[in-house]
Amino acid sequence: MRLILEVWRQASPQAQGHFEPYEIADAREEMSLLELLDRLNHQLIEANQDPVAFESDCREGICGTCGIDVNGTPHGPEDNVPACGQHVRSFHDGDTVRIEPFRAAGFTIIRDLIVDRTGLDRIIQAGGTVAVDAGTAMDADSVLVTHEQSEQALDFAACIGCGACVSACPNGAAYLFTGAKLKHLSLMPHGRMERGKRAVSMVAQMEHEFGPCSQIGECALACPAGVPLSAIATVNAERLRAMLRHRDN
Amino acid sequence: MAETDIDALRVVGREIDGHVPDVAPALAWEDRLLHYNLVNPSNRRGFTIIVVGTGLAGAAAAAALGELGYNVEVFTYHDMPRRAHSVAAQGGVNSPRSRKVDNDSIERFVKDTIKGGDFRGREADAFRLGQEGVRVIDHMQAIGAPFAREYGGQLATRSFGGVQVSRTYYTRGQTGQQLEIASAHALSRQVAAGTCHLHARQEMLDLIVKDGRACGIVVRDLVSGAVRAMTAHAVILATGGYGNIYYKATLAKNSNATAIWRAHKRGAYFANPAFVQIHPTALPLMSQWQSKKILMSESLRNDGRIWAPKAKGDTRDPNAIPEDERDYFLERRYPAFGNLVPRDVASRNIRERIDAGYGVGPLANAVYLDFRDAIGRLGRSVVRERYSNLFDMYTEQTGEDPFTTPMRIAPSVHFTMGGLWSDFDMMTSIPGLFVGGECGWSYHGANRLGANSLLSGCVDGWFTLPYSVPNYLAGYLGEPVLPLDDPAVTETLAEVEARTQRLTANKGIHGPDYFAERLGGILDVYASVSRNPADLPGAIREIRALRDQFWREVKVIGTADRLNQELETAGRVADYLELAELLVLDALDRDESAGAHFRTDHVTPDGEAMRDDDHWTFVSAWQAPPTTGPGAGKPIRNYEPLVFTAVPLQQRNYK
Ligand SMILES: Cc1cc2nc3c(=O)[nH]c(=O)nc-3n(C[C@H](O)[C@H](O)[C@H](O)COP(=O)(O)OP(=O)(O)OC[C@H]3O[C@@H](n4cnc5c(N)ncnc54)[C@H](O)[C@@H]3O)c2cc1C
Ligand code: FES
Repeated sequence: MRLILEVWRQASPQAQGHFEPYEIADAREEMSLLELLDRLNHQLIEANQDPVAFESDCREGICGTCGIDVNGTPHGPEDNVPACGQHVRSFHDGDTVRIEPFRAAGFTIIRDLIVDRTGLDRIIQAGGTVAVDAGTAMDADSVLVTHEQSEQALDFAACIGCGACVSACPNGAAYLFTGAKLKHLSLMPHGRMERGKRAVSMVAQMEHEFGPCSQIGECALACPAGVPLSAIATVNAERLRAMLRHRDN
Repeated sequence: MAETDIDALRVVGREIDGHVPDVAPALAWEDRLLHYNLVNPSNRRGFTIIVVGTGLAGAAAAAALGELGYNVEVFTYHDMPRRAHSVAAQGGVNSPRSRKVDNDSIERFVKDTIKGGDFRGREADAFRLGQEGVRVIDHMQAIGAPFAREYGGQLATRSFGGVQVSRTYYTRGQTGQQLEIASAHALSRQVAAGTCHLHARQEMLDLIVKDGRACGIVVRDLVSGAVRAMTAHAVILATGGYGNIYYKATLAKNSNATAIWRAHKRGAYFANPAFVQIHPTALPLMSQWQSKKILMSESLRNDGRIWAPKAKGDTRDPNAIPEDERDYFLERRYPAFGNLVPRDVASRNIRERIDAGYGVGPLANAVYLDFRDAIGRLGRSVVRERYSNLFDMYTEQTGEDPFTTPMRIAPSVHFTMGGLWSDFDMMTSIPGLFVGGECGWSYHGANRLGANSLLSGCVDGWFTLPYSVPNYLAGYLGEPVLPLDDPAVTETLAEVEARTQRLTANKGIHGPDYFAERLGGILDVYASVSRNPADLPGAIREIRALRDQFWREVKVIGTADRLNQELETAGRVADYLELAELLVLDALDRDESAGAHFRTDHVTPDGEAMRDDDHWTFVSAWQAPPTTGPGAGKPIRNYEPLVFTAVPLQQRNYK
C-alpha cells in the first residue's frame, strides 16, 4: 500500500516547525502506526537524512509513552486505542496521513513528535499520592473493600498517563487525567484519608498548568484506557466537597 | 567439549562468598537484620544515594530511602517515572500470605521458587523474598493498588505458572501497571517532600569507581545531550532486564543493558548471563516490520490446547484440519502436565515443532493455541469472562477472532534470570554498588516462576535495600561525596565523551538497528531454547566479527548535542555486542543443562534437561577480562557455591 505521510518536523522548542511530506511505497495493513514511522525512519537513515523523533516504549498500549496526533485526532482514527495499537489497515492506498505532535498549551514540543508532558506528573506530585510509609500499612485483608468498589477504582486507575485527553480537548484541559486520579484514590480506603486536601492541591496545580473544562467530552473518546467521562465531573465534585467540608479527608 | 577449547576463551577464577549468615536459610534474613548497622535519623540527610531506574525496584528503593530521610537522586531515561517497563506486566504478583486452606506457606513458596529455578538460585534469598513478600500486598494496597476483591471484601487470588496453590494477587490483567503507578506515585510524594530529586530523560552511561568503591555515575541528558557526573555515597542500579539483546522480545523497546554492562566493565561481576527465559505464548512475528513481540498471558494455557499439524508444511485453514491430523504434542509428550508444563519445557517443544517444519501461519513460525474444546465444554460466555481482555488484545493485533480461529503463538525472549551478581545484602562485587529487580540475579535461578518478578521488584525496593544500604553507609559517616574534580570523575567523563564522539564521528553505512537485528539473529539461532556446544565457539566468532563491523560501519545521523535517538540506540547496541559474547561464553562454559539453559549434550534419556549437580551447583560470577598479564582479554569465571538445605536437590519431572 502506498501512503503519503505529512510529518511535523521541528528541531527544538524554539525552532520553527513545518510539515514535511514523505512517501511510503510499501506500507502494509498489519503495521501499527508506529511501525509505519519505523519504516519511514529506516528509509530516511538509508538516505542519510535525519530520522523523525517520536516516543514509544511498551508498544502494547500500557505505558502511555506513545502519543501523536493523526489527521487531527490524538493517537489515530480508532477511538480508545493508543498510537501503538492503531493500524495501517484504517487507511487506504494513496491516502495522505498527517502526523503531528500532541498539541496543547500545556505540552511544549521538544523535537519533531516529542512533547513535554511532565505537567501531568506535577499534578500527581501536588497530591495524587497516599501518605503511607513503607512497612506501616495494616493487613490488607482487614480493610474490607467491596468487589464493585475495587473494580470501579481500577476503571479510573487504568489511566496510562499519555496525555491524549489534553490534546483532544479544545481548551487543553487535564480534567480527565486529574479526575481519574481523584476518583481512583477516593475509592481506596487509605486514599480517602487525604481526599479533601488532595482535591484542593491537585486541582490548583492542574489549573496552573492546563486549560479549563467546558464539558465537550472529546477527552473520553480519545482515552486509550477508556477512563469514563464522569471523571471530569469528579474534579468539580471533589473540589466542591473539599470547599464545603474544610477537612483533610 | 574439549577442555582446551573453553580454556582458550576464559579463565577459571576463585570461589566467592555470598555473605549469607551462617544459620539455617530460613533464619538468615532475621539474623542479618539483627546485625545491620543503623544510621541515626539526623545523619541520614547527609548521605546521598543515587538510584538508577524507576521500575518497581527503583521507584520503591528511592521512595523508601526518601521516607527514611536520605538524600536520594533518581535517574530514568523516561520522561516520567511511571513509564518503566514494570508497567507492562500482566498476570499478577505472588505473595505467600497463606490465608487459604490450600496449604501454602513460606516454605512451600521457597520450594516452588528454588525447584522452578532448577536449583541454581540462592536459597536464603528465596526465603527473604517469601518472608518480606508477605507484607508487599498490604503496602501496595495502602498506597493505591486496587487489588481484585472477593464479594466478601477480602483480597482475591489466582493460581499461576504451574504452582499448586493460589498465591497470586492481581488487578485484572494489569497488575504491573497498578503496582508501578502506585510505586511511581510514592516516589512522587518524596519528590514533593524534597527528599528525592528526580532526573528524568537522563541516561546513565558509566559508573564512577574510586579506590574500588562506587562513588557516582555519568549521565547524558537525552534532550540537551549534555554529559555530566554526579557523585554519591552509594549507587543502586534497578535498570531492568537485558532480554532485548535478542532484538525482538516482549520487553519495552527502550529496555537495555547499558547500566549493568558499564558497571560490569568497572568491576561488577555478572551472574549467569546465559540464563534467559523464553516465554511460550507470545504472538509470532507476522511481518519483518513488526517491531517487537507481544506477550499473551500464560493463563491461556489453562484452557487452550496447543497443537501443530501432523503433516509438514500444512497450509490448510486450521479449521479444515481434521482431528486425527492434529498433533497435540505437549499432551502427547507430557501426559501428566500436558499444556501446563513449565515455560521452558513448553517453549522448547514448540520451537522444536516449528524448526522441524510443522510451523503454521504466513511465516510458518507459530503453532496453534486452540479454544474450540474449551468453548464446547464451558460455553462461550465462560471463556469470554476468563479471557476477554486477552482475546481482544489478540484481535487488536492480528485482526482474527480466537473464538472462531485458533490463536497462533510462538516462543519469545521474555525475562533474564542472569544479571549483576550480588551478595545477600544485594551489594555487587563493587562496594557501594547495589542492585534491585530484574537487573540482579539470585531468586530465580535458571528459570523464573510466573508472578515472582513483580514480587522481587517490590521486596528488593521496599523491604530489602532500605535495610542493607544504610548498613553500608554507616561506615562512611561524615565523609563527603567524591568531588567532581577528582580524577576518577574527570577520567570517566572523558571516556564517555570519547565514546560518544567515536560513534557520531564514524562515517558508516548502516544505522545501529541493522546490527541489533543481526546480533539478535545470531543469539536466536545458537543461544535460545537450546544450545549446542559444538556451535557456540562459532557463534562467538560471529559476534566478534559483527562487533568489528559495527565499529567500522555504524552510522549515527546527527550530532551529540541534542536529542538523538540514533545515538542512544548505537550506545546500547555497542554494549549488547559485548554482553552477547559473554552470554554465549557462559552457555558454552556451563557444561550442564539447567532450567532455561538447555544444552543438547546434557539430556535425560527422555529428552529433558539434565543438571550436573556434582560439578555445577554454583552461580557463575563473571569478572571482566584483565587488560594485561597471562589471562589478558579473557573473562574470569568466579563461582559462588550454592547449598540447598531446606529444599534438597532433585530432578524435575513433568511427565
Ligand atoms: C510483557 C511482560 C509481562 C510480565 N508479566 C509479569 C507478571 O505478570 N508477573 C511478574 O512477576 N513479572 C512479570 N514480568 C516481568 C516483570 O514485569 C519485570 O521483570 C519487572 O517489572 C522488572 O522490574 P525492574 O524494576 O527490575 O525494571 P524495569 O521496570 O524494567 O525498570 C527499569 C528502569 O530503569 C531505567 N533505566 C534502565 N537503564 C537506565 C539507564 N542506563 N539510565 C537511566 N535509567 C535507566 C528505566 O528508565 C526504568 O525506569 C513481565 C514482563 C513482561 C515483559
Ligand atoms: S508505546 Fe506504550 S502505550 Fe503505546
